Amino acid sequence: MLRTRVIPCLLLKNEGLIKTVKFKQPRYVGDPINAVKIFNEKEVDELIFLDITATIENRRPPIDLITQIASECFMPFCYGGGIRTVEDIAELFKLGVEKVAINTQAVENPSLIKRAAELFGSQSIVVSIDVKKNLFGKNRVFTQGGRKSTNLDPIEFAVQMEQAGAGEIFLNSIDRDGTMQGYDLELIGQVSKSVRIPVIACGGAGKLDDFADAIKKAGASAVSAGSFFVFQGSHRAVLITYPPVNELERRLN
Amino acid sequence: MIAIVDYKMGNVGSIANMLRKIGEQAVVTSDASVIEKAEKLILPGVGSFNTGMVNLDELGLLPVLNRRAIEDKVPVLGICLGMQLLTRGSEEGNLPGLGWIDAETVKFKFNGEQPNLKVPHMGWNSVVIRQRDGIFEDMDGESRFYFVHSYYVRSDQESDVLSTTHYGHDFVSAVRRGNIMGTQFHPEKSHKFGTNVFKNFVKIRC
Repeated sequence: MLRTRVIPCLLLKNEGLIKTVKFKQPRYVGDPINAVKIFNEKEVDELIFLDITATIENRRPPIDLITQIASECFMPFCYGGGIRTVEDIAELFKLGVEKVAINTQAVENPSLIKRAAELFGSQSIVVSIDVKKNLFGKNRVFTQGGRKSTNLDPIEFAVQMEQAGAGEIFLNSIDRDGTMQGYDLELIGQVSKSVRIPVIACGGAGKLDDFADAIKKAGASAVSAGSFFVFQGSHRAVLITYPPVNELERRLN
Repeated sequence: MIAIVDYKMGNVGSIANMLRKIGEQAVVTSDASVIEKAEKLILPGVGSFNTGMVNLDELGLLPVLNRRAIEDKVPVLGICLGMQLLTRGSEEGNLPGLGWIDAETVKFKFNGEQPNLKVPHMGWNSVVIRQRDGIFEDMDGESRFYFVHSYYVRSDQESDVLSTTHYGHDFVSAVRRGNIMGTQFHPEKSHKFGTNVFKNFVKIRC
């Protein structure tokens, strides 16, 4: 039986691992290579690494760090942050990255998604959509690490990206990020219903029940989280964890 | 020395990383003279069937690969697209495959009966071992592997089928005919389960 994927999302800043709340208050939580080694031992399904400042600092992806991550990462992994061209993507795949996540450029240059899907196959092209409610309570797509608002509706944008050739949608709620108060099930449900490609839910997971809700109630294909895998207890002590595989199977399949 | 055949179809880095981890010497190469001397070959691959065959042809690798696989009988491991290329051909394209195993490559079709099943089949799934084989040595109980594919191999020979996996229906997830082996899953991305497959491939003598 195909297992539901449960994917730690790890944020990189200055080549360290950090965790944010609502895309702000970055807190250092450790060394990325050390985290990969722990996640290997725990036999994690998949990993997502996002360099959250590459685009806003106008930087390319940190190739040396990604090379080190790839050489230790014996599970599929996706990288996002600062990807602008198909050449960037080709270079990442050569290092051993399986998938790339594209956020700002998916909005500013949608032809990159189309071209990349033609060259590398849809299965390796993930469009990452950051969503925040505006003053009128409407969901809007944000780019530039959550700094720049667009007028795009996340549902319409997800459908456009599927048509362009995206293989998966990584759907992140800025309002829920780091809160551990549960996913935005309404948003996840709306997007999952509108596209045929897998939707990975992210933003807000604090307990195993939240994963089950995103899958069973909202129709996500996979779940992702940050704080859930790096913090422990009410004081948010840093401890990298991952539930046992049989526990996840019992709750999610 | 193991040659990982680089025909511009992705993920050679992951396989080189995994072999390095288990302490095995491997070289990533598109060079016929290196393939000529290799003791074992790995044919990786992510992407489309036709492009794969075109690239092998344009790199001038088809004669040396055929000679090493068929005449010299060196152990060959095809992974994902690399396994599909071992067959006679694919619904994905019109070019003939390598034709080293009696099999063809066909697309997952679910015709709306199972609307929840998405294509590609992507993620971790169980592999049911159908035949004891060196490639699965020391692997008891349930093994999980990472898959990402829209096409699968349909074998004419029951005796070539090493394992099956269920996605809508059972399909062949590992195959072997003599020195020619293939896995539809990605052992290089499948934790200890994949590490075992590579360790076993290193030990295999044909």
